[in-house]
Amino acid sequence: MVKYILRRLAQSLIVLVGVSLLAFSVLFLSGDPTYLYVNEHASNEAIAQVRHKLGFDRPFHIQYLDFASRAIRGDFGISMRYGQPAFDIVLERLPATIELTLVGMFVAVIFAIPLGVIAAVRRNSIFDGGTMLFAMLGQSIPDFWLGIMLILIVGVQWKALPISGRVPILEPLFAGEFAQLGATIGDAARHLILPGVTSGVWSLSRNARLIRSSMLEVLGMDYVTTARAKGVRESLVVLKHAFKNALIPVVTIIGLEFGFLLSGDIIVENIFAWPGVGRLVIFAINQKDFNVVQASVITLAVVFVGLNLFVDVLYTWLDPRIRYT
Amino acid sequence: MLDRMRRSLLAAKFPIFGLAILLMVIVLALGAKWISPYDPNLVQVEDRLFPPAFAEGGSSAHWLGTDTLGRDVLSRLIYGTQVSLMVGFMAVIVAGTIGVSLGLIAGFFGGWIDDVIMRVADIQLAFPFILLSISVLAVLQARRGFEANITTLQRLIPLILTLGVAQWVTYARMARSVTLSLREKEFVEAARAMGDSKASIIFRHIMPNALAPLIVLASFNVASTILAEAALSFLGLGVPPAIPTWGGMLSESRELLVSGVWWLATIPGLAIMITVLSINLIGDWLRDFFDPRLRN
Repeated sequence: MVKYILRRLAQSLIVLVGVSLLAFSVLFLSGDPTYLYVNEHASNEAIAQVRHKLGFDRPFHIQYLDFASRAIRGDFGISMRYGQPAFDIVLERLPATIELTLVGMFVAVIFAIPLGVIAAVRRNSIFDGGTMLFAMLGQSIPDFWLGIMLILIVGVQWKALPISGRVPILEPLFAGEFAQLGATIGDAARHLILPGVTSGVWSLSRNARLIRSSMLEVLGMDYVTTARAKGVRESLVVLKHAFKNALIPVVTIIGLEFGFLLSGDIIVENIFAWPGVGRLVIFAINQKDFNVVQASVITLAVVFVGLNLFVDVLYTWLDPRIRYT
Repeated sequence: MLDRMRRSLLAAKFPIFGLAILLMVIVLALGAKWISPYDPNLVQVEDRLFPPAFAEGGSSAHWLGTDTLGRDVLSRLIYGTQVSLMVGFMAVIVAGTIGVSLGLIAGFFGGWIDDVIMRVADIQLAFPFILLSISVLAVLQARRGFEANITTLQRLIPLILTLGVAQWVTYARMARSVTLSLREKEFVEAARAMGDSKASIIFRHIMPNALAPLIVLASFNVASTILAEAALSFLGLGVPPAIPTWGGMLSESRELLVSGVWWLATIPGLAIMITVLSINLIGDWLRDFFDPRLRN
């Protein structure tokens, strides 16, 4: 087990080195990155000056090593727009993004399980057909359009829920300000509903389909037939014999799900004016604030890799067969 | 095979529906010049914000209404099919070509070649693909001011390449796993004994066996790429503003949501959803068709 964790840890480190290299070299895609920092009418001398000041006149590998060694210490340079360290700005926005991702995950998993299980047990019923139609639609609807429609109908027409902004939950929770949290949690939850649903619907649809098909497969297995033949109650067969095994493929994709939701939230945050890293990164791109862009991209990648590592280790602990493959 | 395909397709209703819609979209894209009632970029300020013809206050001059600049929504919608389809299909071709080639090579040769290719794949998987596209496009977009005038397709190339390169990993993994399972099979052994070249073994003996799952994967991937293009255009990153796109139309609609201008937000979204749904339906059918367990 320890050996396995160490190996996975080493792999994650290699991945992070790769990601940092990618995030850094993206700047060079258009040739000389100096042009990203000057305006169209700059003179050649001015451009050369900026190039030297930003260190772009050094060899590529020196620049990367410099970048990486600073990045490890959380130093991504100063944001040109905010005049603060880029990493601090990203960290400030991170709780909002994590909060949204967790709610999206909740939507994607909690609703998918009963829908998928019931659809499989009542195969070919109206419920099954309806759920699968809904799932098909859910996988075809663009999340940003769903968000806009929710704003239009639930927010503007019905005036039922807030359509933008956020009331923090994670920050007071970790600061231990429970009294304040208690006072605002209702409002915070209301602000989370529309973005959370928008973020989770695609995965919810995918998971419902996945759980249904894996339940159907398991329900056709010999040991389920045996259980039925022994006279075990149907509800017990479904929940105890079939459901547990049907969950295995679902758990497998949950690690990847986080990354998927995390990147999907870049769009959701922009629709609902959610003050997270996704909104920040798009804003930074439009402002050509590339230090913030790099800091955001690498921070999100670290969160993603960390979560994957955690899920993998947890999964191995649950199902020891994987360690040896 | 083709005959069986035709019969299976005719037996199922949903994929027929999907195929019909997709064909219609393709016709619209190819014939946009002749079909669309107006120039999609024609600004008629006096006609601004007409609702669709079927709604109150609508005019039959603009069936689906007009936007803030008085541009005809139907015409923009029709021209939008070009970008969606072009990017959707071409990015998948790019992703498939890179992914399948690398996957076949990794699976067939094994050893350090396999290690290197699959580690690169891992790195890319750890980089959420929209994030990768965003960072690449951001840099390319920032440079845009320095470029001279170029054609629509040329403007789309960065987006197509970005979406293609961002998605090769799944193809590589699938092609590799099929190759691994076939490498030691008798027919490959026989081809090797007959003195076939490595390239011939890979492309003539192994690849045809991997084709079915790859086609299924590609069909779903076209759908998800169209969604991704729309999302990037929505964020203002995908396609330059002068080219009408569904995602771009949606993005422009947002400011007017609260003032009750519903058609600008509803119509392009429906177009995206119906197109993606039809491709997904076809993909679903292809998957069932190629799955021998479901064959009776």
